[in-house]
Amino acid sequence: MDALSSDQPKPARAGARDQGVAGAALEAEQLACRRGELPLFEGAGFSLGAGELLLVRGRNGSGKTTLLRTLCGLSEPARGQVRWLGQDIRRMDERAQQRMLYIGHRDAVKDELTPLENLQIHQGLRGEGGALDAQLDALERAGLGGCEDIPARYLSQGQRRRTALARLLISPATLWILDEPLTALDQRAVAWLFERIAEHLQHGGLVVTTSHQSIDGLPEPRILDLD
Amino acid sequence: MKGRSIPWLKFTAPASFYALAQRLVPWLWPAAALCAIAGLYMGFFVAPPDHQQGDAYRILFIHVPTAWMGMLLYLLLAVYGAIFLVWRIKMADIMARAIAPTGALMTFLSLWTGALWGAPTWGTFWVWDARLTSTLILLFLFLGYMALHAASDDREKGGRAASLLAIVGAVNVPIIYFSVEWWYNLHQGVSVMRSDGPSMADSMVAALLLMIAAFWIYAGAVVLRRAQVEALSREPRTEWAQAAAVGRLTRDQRQRAAADTALDQQPLGPEGEA
Amino acid sequence: MMRPLWTLLQRDISLIVTRRQDVLTVVAFFVIVITLFPLAIGPEPEKLRTIAPGAVWVAAALASLISLDRLFADDWRDGTLEQLALAPQPLALTALAKVIAHWLSLGLPLVILSPALGYSLGLQGIELAVLAASLLLGTPILSLLGAVGAAMTLGVRGGGALMALLILPLYVPVLILGAGAVNEAMFAAPYQAHLSLLGALLAVALPLLPLAIAGALRITLD
Repeated sequence: MDALSSDQPKPARAGARDQGVAGAALEAEQLACRRGELPLFEGAGFSLGAGELLLVRGRNGSGKTTLLRTLCGLSEPARGQVRWLGQDIRRMDERAQQRMLYIGHRDAVKDELTPLENLQIHQGLRGEGGALDAQLDALERAGLGGCEDIPARYLSQGQRRRTALARLLISPATLWILDEPLTALDQRAVAWLFERIAEHLQHGGLVVTTSHQSIDGLPEPRILDLD
Repeated sequence: MKGRSIPWLKFTAPASFYALAQRLVPWLWPAAALCAIAGLYMGFFVAPPDHQQGDAYRILFIHVPTAWMGMLLYLLLAVYGAIFLVWRIKMADIMARAIAPTGALMTFLSLWTGALWGAPTWGTFWVWDARLTSTLILLFLFLGYMALHAASDDREKGGRAASLLAIVGAVNVPIIYFSVEWWYNLHQGVSVMRSDGPSMADSMVAALLLMIAAFWIYAGAVVLRRAQVEALSREPRTEWAQAAAVGRLTRDQRQRAAADTALDQQPLGPEGEA
Repeated sequence: MMRPLWTLLQRDISLIVTRRQDVLTVVAFFVIVITLFPLAIGPEPEKLRTIAPGAVWVAAALASLISLDRLFADDWRDGTLEQLALAPQPLALTALAKVIAHWLSLGLPLVILSPALGYSLGLQGIELAVLAASLLLGTPILSLLGAVGAAMTLGVRGGGALMALLILPLYVPVLILGAGAVNEAMFAAPYQAHLSLLGALLAVALPLLPLAIAGALRITLD
């Protein structure tokens, strides 16, 4: 029985396809970032269009996480600007915000809640009305069939990670920003995630990610090297 | 908007500020000393004794200026905090941080002299008088600002959090003063004394004004000096800071550093381009 | 826009209910602090009656402070706070929803309990009603102010003690007005002015302080 099935994307994800993004959707200009007073990098710039994958590379401490947090608007760059759908990322409107999804190191999975509750609350907070069927289905496809109702504190690290990644299956977001998404995932889950990413790209989505592990199996990425 | 490129931004570069302060401070010290000597002379030898309190009232020449300085410096702290939060001008945080210890010192001195004044007039060093109590709370606000700034490992972040605290505090200060005043009146009736009534002799007023000037200038000098040190320590590896540390900051280096800062403080984007 | 906030409100309340322990701890703290007063001062009813309004208010302020310590800490540690900051609705509203949830589950019990504790210290009749009313208007302001402190001290060395230093001075006006209202009632004087002023403070705090909380959270997350 393959828990990580890869059947057709559910209608909930249709947003990415219908509203296909024209031209460059995510742009970064002359970004310079610091951690505290320590300069990390400067002059980073790119523009990413529909269906493109950006892989951020660099050694430990080169600022990959900082860059990703800057791209989604959590951190403020020391210089430069990030634009998403033509809007400054630090003051964009509700719609642009909804079309971006960030999954960071800390995966925002609550110990006290079950994977299903975690998913429901996550959707609720983003103002995405979700049907129970779609949510159960997403958990099933993320390989959590059978543990939807177990509080997350009893799950393994990998299962928690999958709980977080299940959001990708039902979010209408076009831009995914994934910080080290492969951490704690087993081989099968990695293959499953790569498939999801490839599918998302095919439908005109955008993905920005970092990874220390091999990414064979993903479509040819654009590379941003921070070293 | 143009707000980001107006000329006064020139002095927001630590290097320009450093050079300006370097020229100003040597004049401020003697000016403060002169005012203080003149003020103390007037206060102790020229001003007549009070008909009720005798000579004890003379501590007012220190008590009143320090109390005013404390309040004023807190306000200034909040203004610099707001400038830092809105325009991200690093110099504003440096100034705010430099102000805090002097403000705390002034508030403390005003409490101390208030206690010393209280001993002969009220017969006790401390009463929960409205003004003493609200000054004490002001001292706590200064200490909170300093503690928050110091507790953060990241000076930039710590500065922003502390600036926000200063603003929240400054909005609260009038409410605190008002409520403490009210609390006191409800419990005690009228204030214990009002020595600064209409019966002040001209020489008293002159002495008071001189002492106020002395404290203003002293606070200016010490804050500028502290801000200079802070500015240097924030950019220790830059060319201008190393030149300044050995006392040889040239005009050329200063302008280059200022241009660098301007670049730093001018984010790209709709506002920058407009 | 209200739906996400409703979700958050429900989630926070149900999380706090799952951890009943926290509610009990705060309520127990409140009761114990008040118990300390008769033990320290002596059992004479007259003395206790004099200090009763102040004692209950000081205990409520301290209980509010210690309960707020963890308002954002859990969400910050597991990454939920980042998601809240990235959610479509304004962070200030999110923060307000969190404070409301917190007050409903940890502030309201203190208000409900206060008449009993006031009675134990010798307050009677209308005084007890005024005590509860003053707490009802005052503790939400304490929660909002404390939330600013909690947001500022996230991930900072010495969080709890530092937060007390930052926030307790700002509690002063609320404490004066709240305890003052009960004092007035004890002397059969008009207490309405105090309560109105507390209400006015709440009306000012409610729209403004969430902005400060959101600002502090953004600084912490940066």
